[in-house]
Amino acid sequence: MLRATFKSLLSRKLRLLLSGLAVVLAVMFVSGAFILSDTLGRTFDSLFTNAYDYTDIQVQAKPKVDGGGDGGAVPANIQSTVVGKVAAVPGVAKATGTVAAEGARVVGRNGKVVGGAGGAPRFGINWTGEDQLISLREGRGPQASGEVALNAGLAKIGNFKVGEQVGVLTLEPKKTFTVVGIFGYAGGRDSIGGEQTVAFTEPVAQQLMLGATGVYNVIDVKVADKRDLTKVRDALRAEVGPSYQVDTGADLAKKQSDQIKKALSFVTYILLGFAAVALLVGVFLILNTFSIIVAQRTQELALLRAMGASRRQMIGSVLLEASLIGVVSWLVGLGLGVGIGSGGAFALAKLTGIDDVAGVGVPPAAWIVSFVVGVGVTILAALLPAFQASRVPPVAAMRQAGTADRPLTKLTAAGGVLAAGGGGALAFGLSGKAHDNTIWWVVGGVFVTFIAVALLTPLLGRPVVSVLGRLFAWSVAGKLGRRNSARNPRRTAITAAAMMISIALVTGISTIFTSVSSSVSKIVDQQVQADLIISGQQTSAIPPAIDPVALARVRALSTVDAVAGQAYGAAMIGGKSQFVAAFDDQAAAARILKLKPKIGRVDRLGAGEMVVDEATAKGRGWTIGDQVTIQLPRGEPRQLRVVGTYPSGPGAGGILLSWPDATAGFRTSTAVQAYVKLRPGAVTTAAKGEVDRILADSPEVNVATREEWLGNQTQIFDIVLTIVQVLLGVAMLIAVLGIVNTLVLSVLERTRELGMLRAIGLRRGQVMRMVTVESVVISLFGSLLGIAVGAGLGAAVVRALKDKGITELSLPWGLMVGYVVAGAFVGVVAAIIPAIRAARLDVLKAIAYE
Amino acid sequence: MTLTMGGAHRPGATRQSGAADTSGAAARAVDVWKVYGSGEAEVAALRGVSVGLERGRYTAIMGPSGSGKSTLMHCLAGLDSVTRGEVYVGDTLITGLGDRGLTDLRRDKVGFIFQQFNLLPTLTAEENILLPLSIAGRKPDRQWYDTVIDTVGLRDRLRHRPTQLSGGQQQRVACARALVSRPDVIFADEPTGNLDSRSGAEVLGFLRNSVRQFGQTIVMVTHDANAASYADRVIFLADGQIVDELREPTAEAVLDTMKNLDTMAAVA
Repeated sequence: MLRATFKSLLSRKLRLLLSGLAVVLAVMFVSGAFILSDTLGRTFDSLFTNAYDYTDIQVQAKPKVDGGGDGGAVPANIQSTVVGKVAAVPGVAKATGTVAAEGARVVGRNGKVVGGAGGAPRFGINWTGEDQLISLREGRGPQASGEVALNAGLAKIGNFKVGEQVGVLTLEPKKTFTVVGIFGYAGGRDSIGGEQTVAFTEPVAQQLMLGATGVYNVIDVKVADKRDLTKVRDALRAEVGPSYQVDTGADLAKKQSDQIKKALSFVTYILLGFAAVALLVGVFLILNTFSIIVAQRTQELALLRAMGASRRQMIGSVLLEASLIGVVSWLVGLGLGVGIGSGGAFALAKLTGIDDVAGVGVPPAAWIVSFVVGVGVTILAALLPAFQASRVPPVAAMRQAGTADRPLTKLTAAGGVLAAGGGGALAFGLSGKAHDNTIWWVVGGVFVTFIAVALLTPLLGRPVVSVLGRLFAWSVAGKLGRRNSARNPRRTAITAAAMMISIALVTGISTIFTSVSSSVSKIVDQQVQADLIISGQQTSAIPPAIDPVALARVRALSTVDAVAGQAYGAAMIGGKSQFVAAFDDQAAAARILKLKPKIGRVDRLGAGEMVVDEATAKGRGWTIGDQVTIQLPRGEPRQLRVVGTYPSGPGAGGILLSWPDATAGFRTSTAVQAYVKLRPGAVTTAAKGEVDRILADSPEVNVATREEWLGNQTQIFDIVLTIVQVLLGVAMLIAVLGIVNTLVLSVLERTRELGMLRAIGLRRGQVMRMVTVESVVISLFGSLLGIAVGAGLGAAVVRALKDKGITELSLPWGLMVGYVVAGAFVGVVAAIIPAIRAARLDVLKAIAYE
Repeated sequence: MTLTMGGAHRPGATRQSGAADTSGAAARAVDVWKVYGSGEAEVAALRGVSVGLERGRYTAIMGPSGSGKSTLMHCLAGLDSVTRGEVYVGDTLITGLGDRGLTDLRRDKVGFIFQQFNLLPTLTAEENILLPLSIAGRKPDRQWYDTVIDTVGLRDRLRHRPTQLSGGQQQRVACARALVSRPDVIFADEPTGNLDSRSGAEVLGFLRNSVRQFGQTIVMVTHDANAASYADRVIFLADGQIVDELREPTAEAVLDTMKNLDTMAAVA
């Protein structure tokens, strides 16, 4: 039995190779994802271990507002008296108050913030002299308030020399300094993980980075005896109390590393998503391959049965074949996974500015999960065909090898039941009776309907294929190809299903995102009445600031009617983090952003007052006149009174504070975004030019027309859509394999027919056209079905999200047309090899073929 | 090409010896050799065969298996190339034609009937019959088509698929397919090999009729003496050479000749 299995494996090399490829791809993505995150993890672990090598203990004040996703925590300041308290703790050899905050952006020669590795931090620190970690390469440390030293990495990127003037953006607008020194780090490093650091004198660092003199944000502690590290840490914790964070260097290294790893985990998720799609489509491919093999071998299997092989042996034989393919594909996929995993880790590390990437390693998870995926799924997909094989009666050995198509009754019945169930769930969800569970009913319905359609594909195939085929029926070759594609509905359906699934998936996702995108832009478009919008690209922990002087000049322009400068930040309200905003001209904001009061007033805000949108008010249980305690990043908690509410909407929302409260409590006291309304008759482009010139010294902010800005608002969705298209590419690749597989078999099965056709005068070109038409009809069928299913189910989800502000349903027509074209293209590509095979057929042999 | 074989004269059978006049033939072979392999492994399937197949006649090619009768037919039909010699279909020299030329020749001048019927299961009987014409992009001659359909007696089966037809009916569809494009010559390869004797007789009668009534040229390879007796002329092949020939044969005459061939082979 074993020998027979091997023999049959070898005789079907091409087909097995094709179905194996799907498994290889899935395994590659899965193991790649694990290897990537493992390699990156070890890289960052070692990076931060190095960076904190010379740090014994650090004391930091806990942030008053935890980030909660709104731009990260704002470091809290430590009064200089605390330094003395820390120094007095037994075991502490030395305590140094330091400033080390993110957000010092150096302006390069081109007037823009010096670029660098994406996401690498830009620190502003106080110069505390050389130590084990920091040593000067050139010049000296800053001594006067107009002097700075730069780390060598930053100096290299910006090509800065000692003696040169540089502009630096901090909490305050651009200030100019003289570079007096360039420093490096232990081990000859120019930079730690691509970081950029500007060292100021202590008072300047305090003022520019922390917003006040005489304060620090980190106390660097050296212990007298390293063996007492944890003991001293615990003593310090007791001494400074719970409002401070005390960590050893090792703790900090781990924390920082974890943070970065978390930030980069999206790459892992994308890879896993690709793996999921590859698998989903791959299952169909494997199922199809084995069904074909079993159908083809009916006589052989029957013969084995007739000679006394048991059903169990038949199943075992097919499953053994599957596991062999699984194992081989798994190993190959794992090898490729090591490639893309380590390659991806290397690329990402480079992007983050890290040169020394950890060595490649395959973590146990990569072995285990990829094995389950590769071998497990292959065997699972082969189960059904294996049972089919066991049901071949011995008498089939005596019959003609005609593989009559089994009736579709059972499949159709199952599909029908599921479709009814899925449709019912969708209808119930969309009827609004499910209330809060709407989205779950809809998503569940979508899922079940999806499976139902897959099961119903053979049934749908007949009419659709026949209609589609008519497109090609203008030539004999086309007509024959069309007939051929309708010949074996089950096989056509399974092949097309792979196409259907991948295209339905991306069409669905694209529909949802296009709808979200157009809903957002419609709402914003309706609400924002500004002609120009000044906004910035955030390059560090500190939001991009618009120089107040520049903003005042914009206001003073003769073409400008009104300007609403906006600042925002995180706040703690009732123990929960909340995004809050403020306008420097509330009246202008109310006009430009169409804020209408529901109750009270919204066009005027004095210190100690706030307005809030209805939904937030309802959620928090606030009414007009209520006093609310708000903790802003700086200063003590404030008592604010609710003076008005306005209708909620995704455009502008949330809590609006008065400008005085905001400037006192936010990290930066400047506007980060400004809405400009022009006077009637003003030329937008001319005004834009004027504003542009005024903003020349604010390198992080740009002015955009309303249209440009609206486009930017939905950019993120475009990125998601792009990723989805790549996903489709992977799925299509596998679908191609499936079609090739089916076609090769068809050509093989119809050898004699092909011979006859050639004998009675069908040219080679016509043969190729015939095979190509069959292929294109199958893939177009899959694409169209996929588009219909995807758009339908995507629309259902969009409809379910209506309450969440997604009011627009827009179908991605351009993409959908693209998918049809891609489908046709896939059909043509898949047909190449089978068509050539068919055309090269030796007529004589084909006629004699039994 | 002279016949050296002896054989008793039988009533009803006319023996003709001497060089065949091959000019004006529907297809002819001139000193055709077909050699497979090379050197030690060289096997000659045809050794210098020259034969002319007269227009409007029904010719059967007979011979024991391995005699080269199928090879000869394949070469004459442009399905196979010859090693040496020349093959003409009508006045066209087909030796040396490329795939495209041979395909077009088969399309326009040659019809085929196979042992396995070889109908397309996806097409109806009618579509199968019209297939060669659609491949060539030609319009059927309605009158001729009707004549053919009535002759094969398939009028009430035209909408049926091959799987819904009996073997005999399928082969009649195949015959109609070969006839409908009025080829210069129809090659039939063991057309009754897969049929019971009654259906076989029907098909053979039909083929003979199409020669008598319509002047169609038919060449049939067979090893069935009874089938060969329907032909106007029987050519006997042995060992890659034409060894005998009968005109207006009876089944008995054909059988006798075949027996002689076997005896010759045994003696040799």
